[in-house]
Amino acid sequence: MKYLYYPGCSLTATAREYDLSTRAVMAAAGVSLTEIDDWTCCGASAAAPLSHLLSLSLSARNLALAEQAGSGSQILVPCSACYLNLKKANDALQNDAERRATINEALKAVDLSANGNVRVRHLLDVLSMDLGKKRLSPFITRSFKGLTVAPYYGCQCLRPYVEFDDPERPVSMEPLVEITGAEILSWEMGTRCCGASLVSTQPETGLERVCTILKAAKGADLIVTVCPMCQINLDGWQSKVSQMTGEDLSITVLYLPQFLGLAMGIDDKSLGLDLNLAILDGFKEKIIQ
Amino acid sequence: MFETDKNDNPTDGSLNVIQANLRPCIQCGTCTASCPNAEQMDLTPRKMWRLVILGRLTDIMASKTFILCSDCYTCTLRCPRGLPLTESMEALKGIAFARQETQFRNSRLFYEKFMQTVRRYGRVREMEFMTRYFTAMKNPLTPFRFAPLGIKLLGKRKVTIGFGKSSATPLDALFDKVAAMEQAQAGTTGKEKTP
Repeated sequence: MKYLYYPGCSLTATAREYDLSTRAVMAAAGVSLTEIDDWTCCGASAAAPLSHLLSLSLSARNLALAEQAGSGSQILVPCSACYLNLKKANDALQNDAERRATINEALKAVDLSANGNVRVRHLLDVLSMDLGKKRLSPFITRSFKGLTVAPYYGCQCLRPYVEFDDPERPVSMEPLVEITGAEILSWEMGTRCCGASLVSTQPETGLERVCTILKAAKGADLIVTVCPMCQINLDGWQSKVSQMTGEDLSITVLYLPQFLGLAMGIDDKSLGLDLNLAILDGFKEKIIQ
Repeated sequence: MFETDKNDNPTDGSLNVIQANLRPCIQCGTCTASCPNAEQMDLTPRKMWRLVILGRLTDIMASKTFILCSDCYTCTLRCPRGLPLTESMEALKGIAFARQETQFRNSRLFYEKFMQTVRRYGRVREMEFMTRYFTAMKNPLTPFRFAPLGIKLLGKRKVTIGFGKSSATPLDALFDKVAAMEQAQAGTTGKEKTP
């Protein structure tokens, strides 16, 4: 199995452990990833309100680079926000001739052109649909029996494009957690927004979102995420939210490939576990050797 | 409930586009019931759409509703008329930023500083972006809100202070081209341009 790889900006900084663990798990499962050379920012959620065309063009630049690797290539994207932006641009290139012409007019400025002939895939899509329980089980060497996992999907890998899971009642993470022997927490918050950038720009509202999710995760040993924004909101702000509510809401938060990597016996350095902001001592002793 | 205002400009191009998209709205309120941030909004999403359809730009700009949209797409998914609701909230943010509405200064600066680092380096350098944001906000207390997290991130070497040495791909040419295309477009249709 071969994919082009678009890490996105967060995975080079605050979400480096997501990048490390994605590469480590894919390599261990025999999947080859080729990073798109000279990729640039997808525009995140900042470009679109300032300029819709800029947002599409920034993502299309990366699609154009990916297309040079050949028509029909698949791009693996771990960040949900990057995934959605690249998908929107790809959708416009594929299905809207007028937009395609406008985007390509803009791309002339950087000597590129794009047709929309690649496929944009979220990491969770590839892990659950292409690899799945069957292909990953043989690599599992440890049992996490007795652990309870709260699977947190977030928003943009599920909505608005419905590609690989139910956008309101997702289950794609469950078999991946179950092959480790761990149990799934039954909860309603797996698709509830983490507050995204509101945590920075409108903290009263943003932190309220984080609080709701952390409260609901009580009873789980850890939360598993598939998006850098979800991760930093849930792990980076949990001490602040605990302070605000006067309730201890601390909980271990891991990226899905970190959790899978641990079960596959991959060493913690390769999974970037020293970079996480919320791994509780009890969890460390029990799981990370 | 809402006063008419002579400053409302029913021919405002940008609002016209959103208005046309939202005309089929039946005011059912599924969006409001689905919105995780509705409780913090001064106007529910449903009421916001009504104002858009009525062209009440002054009332719209006085509300914080659209700035509290966190792009979760739940309303878009559930809307029985299939309307592009999340993108409409996004477009309203764009109008507010283009009008330099003072109540949205912080959010506007956050987005603008973010895009400036993208323009300059091709990728976001989180520490530089936050430094630019704090400097532009001119509020000496803001950095302290982020300090505990910033120190943790520095400790993990996830962010670095100052300018990184890694290679950069400036995107000035692409940004300039898009701006020129939008200006030309605004000239032909009378649409409000974005900065």
